[in-house]
Amino acid sequence: MQVTSSIREPLVTGGKTVRDVSEDISRQVEGKPTNLWWIAISVSVVLFLLGAYCFWMLLWNGVGVWGLNKTVGWAWDITNFVWWVGIGHAGTLISAILLLFRQRWRMSINRAAEAMTIFAVICAASFPLAHMGRLWIGPIWSLPLPNTFGSLWVNFNSPLLWDVFAISTYFSVSLLFWYMGLIPDFAVIRDRAVRKGHPLRAMIYNALSFGWSGGAKTWMRYESVALILAGLSTPLVLSVHTIVSMDFATSLIPGWHTTIFPPYFVSGAIFSGFAMVLTLLLVTRKLFKLEDYITIYHIELMNIIIIITGSIVGIAYITEFFIAWYGQVPAEQYEFINRATGPYWWAYWSMMTCNVISPQLFWFKKIRTNLVSTFIISIIVNIGMWFERFVIIVISLHRDFLPSSWSMFHPTMYDVGQYIFTFGLFFTAFLLFAKFFPMINMAEVKSIVKSTSEKKH
Amino acid sequence: MEHDKNFVVGIFDDEDVLVHAVENVREKGLRIHEVYSPFPVHGLDEALGYRRTRLPIAAFMFGLTGTCLALFTQIWMLGYDWPMDIGGKNHASLPPFIPVTFEFTVLLSAFGMVITFLIVSNMKPYGWPRQFDLRSTDDKHVMAVDLADNKLSKEEISRMLKDQGASEVNEKNF
Repeated sequence: MQVTSSIREPLVTGGKTVRDVSEDISRQVEGKPTNLWWIAISVSVVLFLLGAYCFWMLLWNGVGVWGLNKTVGWAWDITNFVWWVGIGHAGTLISAILLLFRQRWRMSINRAAEAMTIFAVICAASFPLAHMGRLWIGPIWSLPLPNTFGSLWVNFNSPLLWDVFAISTYFSVSLLFWYMGLIPDFAVIRDRAVRKGHPLRAMIYNALSFGWSGGAKTWMRYESVALILAGLSTPLVLSVHTIVSMDFATSLIPGWHTTIFPPYFVSGAIFSGFAMVLTLLLVTRKLFKLEDYITIYHIELMNIIIIITGSIVGIAYITEFFIAWYGQVPAEQYEFINRATGPYWWAYWSMMTCNVISPQLFWFKKIRTNLVSTFIISIIVNIGMWFERFVIIVISLHRDFLPSSWSMFHPTMYDVGQYIFTFGLFFTAFLLFAKFFPMINMAEVKSIVKSTSEKKH
Repeated sequence: MEHDKNFVVGIFDDEDVLVHAVENVREKGLRIHEVYSPFPVHGLDEALGYRRTRLPIAAFMFGLTGTCLALFTQIWMLGYDWPMDIGGKNHASLPPFIPVTFEFTVLLSAFGMVITFLIVSNMKPYGWPRQFDLRSTDDKHVMAVDLADNKLSKEEISRMLKDQGASEVNEKNF
């Protein structure tokens, strides 16, 4: 008994039944990994090790190995930090905000997007941790713990401390939300393992599923928990990038000292996050043959979100420029003219092209429903959003208040290495996730198979 | 195992048939032990007559604890224990304390609620749950009826479940 709507496109194609869903999604967990998977994870691990060497050199020698100088004290580290945190935002948007809005298309992409969030936040956190230099005491000193200096407490007035709380809360609550979603699906793998006679696998997945049985009472409580977690995560995700933007906005540096930052950063974060979700999902749906679950329709909807958030970002860029002129503060005016025409003009115009112009191509249905063009634009957007942070951070700093301290920033191999380290970490973690965890939320997809699956012809 | 428990287990293929079956057999006075499904079935909790969960209240209480704790800690640390002059600002003014207070509220609320959920649902990473049919996590809905709860005989219950659209009816003893 299946119903096909004539006005909405099916969310699951290929005439799947509830049984097929468990079969298709459990297959990559149960089977041997493909050669492509081995190649991908080898490359990721090599990147990770190369980066780990640079990270080690930083810990051994100190932050001096980076290209920072007295004028540009923040550069790639904070650029990469903000970039990764921003990427994480799409996962929470998909799983929490779209759940509150009852958008059912989130169901087959939320698991992978949330995994991306978690790994992206880990990558992001590695930058402030590395920048503290002494990794073995830095994290402890950033917490309000009793100490032998008084106790001299941390400064709760500082946005950098808010960041510590925001990022760690965001990470742990996202992890919790993701794990809650995984519990019923681990039970699917467990019961299949029992039936197929794999006792060890059954034991591991039983522990992972916390002995899930799927009783109606548990489901009722579970749904209530999911809804409240979504309700908590929604303001949480908005607060995280707001607080990240306050790292800059509460300072007095021209180019940073603006009230537009919180909404501008949040929309930029969602914009870049969706681009990364698309980059990842386009590859994984091919790699793991999930075309029937992550359909062209899903990709089109994500591209529409990219147009919206990309346009908000574009308006924010123009508004910033306008207010700099309208505000009549000479330092602010100089800063913006310098962005567009100064020594870093190439970074500014890369940002403008990648973030403002390229997503507008998605107005054409042919482009937003084409896999190749979507993949290319998603990567362009990722690059553009990296430049956005670079523009805000480095260009605002490199022209200091005194012309005698004007300077340029030149990255060293350790700056680059730390960035490569996070890429290695991110892709290794994501590939391991794709192999050992069910990539798609089976329980949720099963609940919509009857109403939105395409009929078998 | 303290004593033998005998169950009649009805297997249903379709969630709509299941919900109607649950409503009908409960009207006829049958007491259902529990229904196990591979996914949350809309309206099943009402059909089974379950009371709404009070987990939201738990979440709120944990959140409130977080708010109070975070505010108290910040005001006490910066306002009383070691007041510092930072740019001539008040030692303990409320606005800069809001972000940390908010984050801590969310943290305690989320973790408190999930831990409460695990405890009340008796979920833990060791020990096996009681499973009536392994297909209940795959594609079947499983209705378990405890014989000790009902006056009807095994055969009568089986017939009743079959009449209500169960695709098969089994027995399970623990």
